Parts: sequence; structure tokens; C-alpha cells
Amino acid sequence: MNTNTAHALIRFGLGRIGQQTPPADPVGGLLAELDGPDPALSLPGATTAEGLIALREDRAARAARKADGTQEEPHRVRDLLQAEADRLGDHILTTPHGFRERLVWFWANHFTVSLRRPEIACVINAYLREAIRPHVTGTFHDMLLAVMNHPAMLMYLDNQGSIGPNSPAGQRTHRGLNENLARESLELHTVTPASGYTQADVTSYAKILTGWSIDLQLNPPGYLFRLNAHEPGEKQLMGRTFPHGRGGALEAFAFLAHHPATQRNLATKLVRHFVADDPPPSCVAKVEAVLRDTGGDLKAATTAVLHLPEAWTPLAKLRDPFDYVVAVLRAMDLPKPQRPPQVARVMAGLGQPPFAAPLPNGWPDTAAEWDGPEAMMRRIDWAYGVSGRGGALDALQVADAALGPLLHADTLEQMRRAGSRRDALTLLLASPEFQRR
Amino acid sequence: MSHPSMRLTRRSALLGLTAAFTAGRYSVALAAAATQKRFVVVILRGALDGMSAVVPYGDANLGLWRASLIPPQPGAEGGLLDLGGFYGLNPALSGFHALYQANELLPVHAVAGPYRVRSHFEAQDYLEFGSDHAMTSGWMNRLAQEIPANKGGSDTALAVGNAVPLVLRGPASVGSWLPQSFAQPAPELYARLMALHAHDPITGPAIREGLKERGFTEATLANAPPQAGGGFGALCQSTGRLLAAPDGPRLAALEIGGWDTHTQQKNRLTYPLRQLDEGMVQLKAGLGTAWRNTTVLVMTEFGRTVRVNGTGGTDHGTGTVAFVLGGDVTGGRVQANWPGLSQANLFENRDLQPTADLRAVTKGLIGPLFGLDAAALGRVFPQSERAEAIGGLIRAG
Repeated sequence: MNTNTAHALIRFGLGRIGQQTPPADPVGGLLAELDGPDPALSLPGATTAEGLIALREDRAARAARKADGTQEEPHRVRDLLQAEADRLGDHILTTPHGFRERLVWFWANHFTVSLRRPEIACVINAYLREAIRPHVTGTFHDMLLAVMNHPAMLMYLDNQGSIGPNSPAGQRTHRGLNENLARESLELHTVTPASGYTQADVTSYAKILTGWSIDLQLNPPGYLFRLNAHEPGEKQLMGRTFPHGRGGALEAFAFLAHHPATQRNLATKLVRHFVADDPPPSCVAKVEAVLRDTGGDLKAATTAVLHLPEAWTPLAKLRDPFDYVVAVLRAMDLPKPQRPPQVARVMAGLGQPPFAAPLPNGWPDTAAEWDGPEAMMRRIDWAYGVSGRGGALDALQVADAALGPLLHADTLEQMRRAGSRRDALTLLLASPEFQRR
Repeated sequence: MSHPSMRLTRRSALLGLTAAFTAGRYSVALAAAATQKRFVVVILRGALDGMSAVVPYGDANLGLWRASLIPPQPGAEGGLLDLGGFYGLNPALSGFHALYQANELLPVHAVAGPYRVRSHFEAQDYLEFGSDHAMTSGWMNRLAQEIPANKGGSDTALAVGNAVPLVLRGPASVGSWLPQSFAQPAPELYARLMALHAHDPITGPAIREGLKERGFTEATLANAPPQAGGGFGALCQSTGRLLAAPDGPRLAALEIGGWDTHTQQKNRLTYPLRQLDEGMVQLKAGLGTAWRNTTVLVMTEFGRTVRVNGTGGTDHGTGTVAFVLGGDVTGGRVQANWPGLSQANLFENRDLQPTADLRAVTKGLIGPLFGLDAAALGRVFPQSERAEAIGGLIRAG
């Protein structure tokens, strides 16, 4: 394995699986992953409607239980989440399309929804499958639209209950706007405060978004535009006028998706994710230009990142706990019964419970957020723990397969002098170079 | 007083229990389990320097090779703990010394595994295969197959740790157990990692600080161990309690690292020795009265060079020491056919010449303990005819 192949697997992928043969042409292999639909979409998975039905039934059962106090705690959503998490975990540890998967998690983090709002558990994997995965190589505009009308986002950022004060529903109930989704959509998902929007823009965008809601009682349950909750009249956003009705939001999404500030934001985040914590301005400019010239084509933007010379310099990023745990388990390539159970709990123990970012800005993407002293000690301890599962694994072979030329001579020397296979594997998995991507 | 139930009656009376009840439970337990004998193996991964653990201070050549590694003579401040005038225990092994004085510790010196190789990994494999060639199972697993299963259906053998070591792997079902809080490496491994990360701008400062916050300093990592025992003592006590249960496992394997003392051995060895010492004391405590029916074999993959290397340590060698502990062992002595340390007697002009095969020691333990005949011992250790069981390690009756 040469250095570029190692970089392709580590910087852009989820790490090599055991001794699996990597593509002969690293860039070509990565580009090939961008073709066609996401292979994960051919796996079974619950739809949003099925998830919402589980939520509805659990709620009904809970109400009945309150009434007569006899039934057990309903667990349809819990079971559904567990099954989806198991499938997803297997996929991440075994997929040869590591780059595609990295992009999925990058965009899912950009458009964070979190289990900190427990009611979205029922649709969280459906959100990935319906709003994120189909658009990772499509246009940003399509992804934004898919996210904004997905029940996961509408529930997570409270838009389902946002009501235009002058709408029929607002007049009747005297309830009003919830600005949460509007604010985060501007600040995090699209134009960012750098674009100079004001509080008046946030309020106005919230009015544009009124009516974007869900209906649990529909069959099938799901997204619903509630015209009677929609604030009447034309609205202003960042100097533009948007019409009354559902179409106002559709026009706003198109405006925001193609806004230069959005393109700058997306380019910056992509470069920060794949190149360096401090994104070199020249790299950002190149990716930004591609987004501008292609109308926000994410496949083109991703390809532009791959072709940045800076993306093939020595690995500078610190793996976040999710990526670290996945890379370790892929490198060890244990048969399923020997893998540690509850991988999600491991990630939680290292500071990054999957799907549970504390805030809508998602997980941070810089080393400074992940390299706390105790955080690093926990990585070492976990590396030691999981190395105990390695059995007869030859740590030197694992090192050669996983890191190839990126393995430091010092680490190799210490591994050779280790007193046990387990210690040797611990030294590899806890080494500085294994923390990098 | 030789009848077991009579002894029990007397013991339970002393404990203030009703004699009939206790004696009755004891007999029920006897019926439930195929054997009351417990056999524990402790693998010291990384190669213990046998001549630092049990120092042959009576060998006139010792000081010639490794004067800087020898603790003061018995009786001196921080001196060796004497084992009858020729050998002395490392002062870190005070618990072992108490067991020796109670005739419950039997060091076996100048032993080696079945195959001459100086790679840790290969040597550990052969040690655990119990063979000079690769096999598909470990010898403790084959031993488990020779012991009738518990009536309660629980596994005869238990791996203590988060994985089943090779020595226990094979067709016989093996339980494994590890409390969450024990998954921390030895300070020595932390020290190595701190060195690897030292120049990393991101992880270097974090790990340095993380170790400091956990109470380690560079001095304690490199030299004086922070505390005796650590997690291993607690782990051993819990293991003892599991083994003590009437229908509990009868075989258990533990492992402990930190022995690969290529540098600063005199200081660095103190910590793992104290851990081991505390571990065996706690194992006995956890076993309670079942200690009488327990035998422990402590073994390592090979010894270390007789000469000190250039960094105050020793490199991979051959002959070393093993320890047998327990209520049944003929302790209070050192079992050895001492090869001597004159240059001509060294193995390949560098190592302690092994004069006993660890398989011979093991056969001398498990044969009498579990009533295994030569054929059964041959199934546990195939093609080991030349490693004939050493007699007299276990008290008769």
C-alpha cells in the first residue's frame, strides 16, 4: 500500500477493513464511489411513515396504560431504533464504500437532528435514508428541500408547532411563531451570520416556514403543509420578496441554497472536514467556485476536494471518536460475535454518542474539541480493552494493512518490543498516527 | 480426625455455625460438583526475569553478570526475603514470602516452555498450546475436557479478562468474565504511549496532562510504581470468590503484563511484582476455605538474559522461574535442578539454562489433583513423553 492509497482509505474513507485489497488507483477508487445510488439504500430500513406509526402506537399505548395501569411500557420505537442501529452499525463496519459513508455522516452532521429530542428516534434512520443519502452526490438544493420537509427536522427544530399569528389557526388559538428552524437554517445550514441577515430576516423566514408541519394522524402519517397555520401575505427575506403559501418557502430554499454565502459555508466545512482544521482559503475558494459554477452540485464539489493537492499532504486531522472506533474495528476486522457489543455506547464513552449531538450545530470538526486529556486517556483505555479481543491477530500485520507507510518507525519499534500481542495491538491503536485522518 | 465431615464439624463449630447444616451443605456441594479441586493459571505476559523474582544469591557467579540488579542480602534494609539459604525472594514479594513460610508457596526454578524461541508472541503461543508445535486448542481447554462437567451445567473453565486466552481456547465451552473497571493497561504501557506521543502537537500534551490528572508522573511511570496491587488485586479477589462457589468454575486463567523489562529493570519490575504479590494474596482471600482445594500455577513465556544490557535492563532469554501456590502444594522449599551460572553453563552463552519443562511441572500438578493417568495427561500435553511429570509437588491424600 502506498501513501496515497493509505490517505484515500483514512482521510476520505472509514479505514481499511482487515487485509481487504484497496483499489489500485486511489483517486479513481474514490471517484467510483460517487457514482450511482448509495449502496446502503438497498438495505432494509423503516420508512418515516412506519416510524411515525410506531410513535403513534406507543403514544396510544402509553395513554391507555395511564388509564388502566396494567400494560408494560410500550417499546415499538425502541425496538425499531435498535434494529436500525444494528443494521447501520454492521454496514459501517463492513462497507467497502467508506468515502460514500463519510459523506453521508458529514452531511447528516451538517443538517443535525439529535436524539436529545427523543421523539425523533422513530425516524432518525429514515431521515438518513430519505433526506441525506439520496442527495450526497446530488445538488445541495435538493438536499435542503428534502431536509426541510422531513418530519425529523420539523420535529427536532420545532417547526411543526410554529403558527402564523395572523393565520386562521393563529387567530383562533392565539399561538404564534417558533423561530427555531428558521434561525438554524440560516445560521447553520445555509448562509451563516457572515451574510449579514438580521433578526427581522429570521422572523420573516419563520413566517415563510409557517405551515411546514407533520400530521401523525394521517395515513400514512408524515409531512403536511397546514395552510390554515400559514402566515398570510408576502414576506421579505434578505432583501427579497417571497409569495404567500407553501411556494414561498420553496422559493426561499432555492434562494438560500444558491446564495454565495451558503456556497462559502459549505466549501469551508468540506475543506475543514477533509483537509485541515484551519481550511486554507485557496482550497475553500476552489470548492466554492465549483459549487457556484455547477449550481451546488455536491458530486462536483466533492470531486474538487479530492483533487486539491492539499488533500494529499500528511494527515493533519484528529479522528473524532466515531471515526476512531469505526477505524479500529475495521482494522481488526473481527467476526461479528467477537466484536465488542454496544459500539454506540463505546462512542458515547469516548464523548460522541451517535445521533445525539448536544446542539443543532452538530459535532465539532476540529482537534481542539476532541483532544481533551481525559478524552485521550479513554481512547487509550478503550484501545487496550478492545485489543484484548484481538486473540491471535498479528499486530504488525494489522499495522501494515491499516497504516502501511504511515506507521511511524518508533511505533513499529515499540510494537516489536511489546510484551504481548495485546500490548502490541494497543500500541498501534493508541499510537499518534492511528488518531489521524 | 481424618474423616472430612468430622473436620468440617469441628471447623463449623468454631465458626459458630450449626454443625449439621454446614456439613450437610458441604456434602451436597460434593455431590453437585464433579471435583472440589480448583486450578488457576496466571500467565505473566512479557517474560518475567526469574532471577530477579527468585534470586539465586548463593550462586557465586550471579554478581559477575548482574551485580546492579541484585537486591541487598537477606536481613539488610530492603533485602531479599530468604528462601532457605541459596535463593531469596524479591523484596516486592512479601505476600509470597508469607505463603512460603506457611508451606503454601513452591517456586520452581530454571524452567522453560516447550519450545526455544525468543519472540514473545510465538513463545506465548507454544506455552499456551502446551506443545512444541502449533495446535488448534490450548492445554487448559484440553484439561477441561478431562474433568467431568459440573452438575449445575456451568462451564468448568473461566477466562478472567475480556477475551479467552489461547490457553483456554478449544472445543470445551469456556466462560469469561471481566468487571468493566479493570480494562486499564499497566503504567508501563502508558509510559510507552506517552513517549510515542511526546512530539505530537495534538495528542502529546493531552496525554501528558491526562496521565498527570490520573495521578501518574513521569517519575512514577518510569520508576517507582504508584501503588501496590492496583486493579489486579481486586480482580483476583473476585476471581477467588467465583471459584469458591460450590458449583462455580474449577479452572481459571488470568493474565498480567508489564514484565518486559528492557530498561531500568530494578525499578520497573517492582510494580508488576507487587501487583502479582497482591493478586495472589487477594486470590487466597477471595477463595476463603476453598484455598485448601486450590492450586495456582504462575508461569511466563521465557526468562531474560543473565547479563544486564546497556540500559539497566535484560533482553529476551530462556530459563526462568514458575510459582506453584495453594493449600495442597508441598511448599516451603524451592524445586530446582540448579544449572549454575558459570559461563559454560549458560544457555547459548546468554541465558539461564532450563533444567525443567513447564509441562513436566504442570503434569505433576494436574495429575494428582484431578486423578489423571498417563493417557489423560498425554491428551492434555500430546507428545510430551520426555517432559515426565515431576512428582511430589502436591501433598498426597
